[in-house]
Amino acid sequence: MRKKEFIKILFRNKLSVVGLMIILILLFIAIFAPLLAPYPEQAKGEPNLKERLQPPSSKHFFGTDHLGRDILSRVIYGSRTSLLIGFSVVLLAILIGLPLGLIAGYYGGKIDLIIMRITDIFLAFPPLLLALLIATTLGRGLINAILALSISWWPWYTRLVRGMAISIKERPYVEAAKGMGISEWKIIFRHVLPNSISPLIIQATMDIGSAILEAAALSFLGLGVQPPTPDWGLMVSEGKEYFLNYPWYPVFPGLAIFITVMAFNLLGDALREIMDPRLRRKFL
Amino acid sequence: MKLKEYIAYRLMLSILVIFGVVTIVFFISRVIPSDPAALWVGAHPTVEAIEKAREELHLNEPLIKQYYYYLVGLLHGDLGISIRTHNPVAQDLKSAFSATFELILFAEFIAILIGIPLGVYSAVKKDSWLDNLSRVLAISGVSLPTFWFGIVLQLIFFKYLHLLPLAGRVDTITMLEHPLKVITGFYLFDSLVTGNFVVFVDVLKHMILPAITLAMYPIGLITRQVRSMMIEVLQENYIRTAWAYGLPKKRIYFKYALKNAIAPALITIGLSFAYTLIGAFLVELIFNWPGLGRYAAYSILSMDYPAVLGVTIVAATAYVFINLIVDLIQVCLDPRIQL
Repeated sequence: MRKKEFIKILFRNKLSVVGLMIILILLFIAIFAPLLAPYPEQAKGEPNLKERLQPPSSKHFFGTDHLGRDILSRVIYGSRTSLLIGFSVVLLAILIGLPLGLIAGYYGGKIDLIIMRITDIFLAFPPLLLALLIATTLGRGLINAILALSISWWPWYTRLVRGMAISIKERPYVEAAKGMGISEWKIIFRHVLPNSISPLIIQATMDIGSAILEAAALSFLGLGVQPPTPDWGLMVSEGKEYFLNYPWYPVFPGLAIFITVMAFNLLGDALREIMDPRLRRKFL
Repeated sequence: MKLKEYIAYRLMLSILVIFGVVTIVFFISRVIPSDPAALWVGAHPTVEAIEKAREELHLNEPLIKQYYYYLVGLLHGDLGISIRTHNPVAQDLKSAFSATFELILFAEFIAILIGIPLGVYSAVKKDSWLDNLSRVLAISGVSLPTFWFGIVLQLIFFKYLHLLPLAGRVDTITMLEHPLKVITGFYLFDSLVTGNFVVFVDVLKHMILPAITLAMYPIGLITRQVRSMMIEVLQENYIRTAWAYGLPKKRIYFKYALKNAIAPALITIGLSFAYTLIGAFLVELIFNWPGLGRYAAYSILSMDYPAVLGVTIVAATAYVFINLIVDLIQVCLDPRIQL
């Protein structure tokens, strides 16, 4: 598809433009967090006990938490944690899933059977449950949460890439390359891989949102990012203890998760629609 | 392949997958960096007591032997003893399962009740405000952090409107004043059958908020699926003929068109069951619902590995079988699928 057409379709859909804008704004916020946050020290965890659980005011737009820290500053810094998790989980899952999918799809036979049966077992776990189990085993923390989510996520990419590899390896140009005696690894990396990349990108865009959502769930259960790191899921979890009397505490960080995940879903949907013309105007 | 052979084949494959799941879960849970024996003994453990517990729990045996004992137990329906509650895990799970299942069923009921009509009307009034609203609702449904949405609903309906209870499955005092005879473990059903309407109303009130929280995701999925199928079906010739005959609108939409659009939606409904199962894990924690999710969360936090193992196996098995049933329904409904 030509670039012009791609951009035209992307911008025709107003909601996908909204999604793209939100993601760009989020990236901006995450990069310039130290300049944007009114109280950067509090965002990093420094307590301010004199101003515990203050309602939203001109001094603290989103109010303060149980340690008196400015919630707006922590939400701003939290965007860094969330985006870091979202991107790393998807990247790591692709790094595991992509080579396995290529090998299974290209070589077929026994190796395909073994890889796909292992994949099936991982896919048999309900989403989140395996990540929960691995996070419990590895212990709490940001890196372990990323690992846990990636380990539970890679099979989806293996399945996707395998399907692509199977259809691509039958194409004439691959046959021609084989006939010319080009090595199999070269064929995989020069021909099969580049042609499987676009469905992978769409899936990855949609998955960043889901990864952020699942990471927030892990943090909420106390298995993800640990205090005092600013993290939206953790803030909702801490805020849950106070929410009946101090409702602003969990509401703002939760809203941040919601808006971020929605932005990635809107963009992912638009990309899917562009790549698959049958879906245009039919789905979402 | 004949249908019977196909079912047998799929069943065998599912059992193999579950066996794989059990194996993975077992070995992952054994690497947990904590001492189950110390947890088992409880506060103020002595060295002798810990050693005795190690022997009771077979922790001194090689890992592969422990795995063997676990598999043998599993075949007899024995999931081990919970370190936290000291009850057999199977017994703990049994009561938790009915609580979770009742909640999921109710949530799906709400999702179908809202999702199908909304999908039909969005298709009929394509590109109208209703259609746009349903689109926003669908994307919101899959983007909402359930644990947060639950809190927001509690704030609105408990704190500000004083309409619904905050959490729990039933009010303890109501239960004491009007004891419920438990038959199936589904409180709504049991109270209705035994004519205990006071408890019925109370259970219903407790269930509304967690069920709505849980239903958001399937509402989105079902609405969009029904909408996209209805758009296709409404362009068919037989619908045009029905219009030409001057049949009433409602009959055309809900009787003739929906009938053909509903099959793929049934699949979505089946799959969304599997999603709500996991959604329930978080929702139960927020609403203090005594189901599998709350049990799992507490077990994870206290490193109670037999319980974690049990709950994972039960949830994964339910997930595998829900997917299997959905696949089989699809095969039966759609003759184009080759076995």
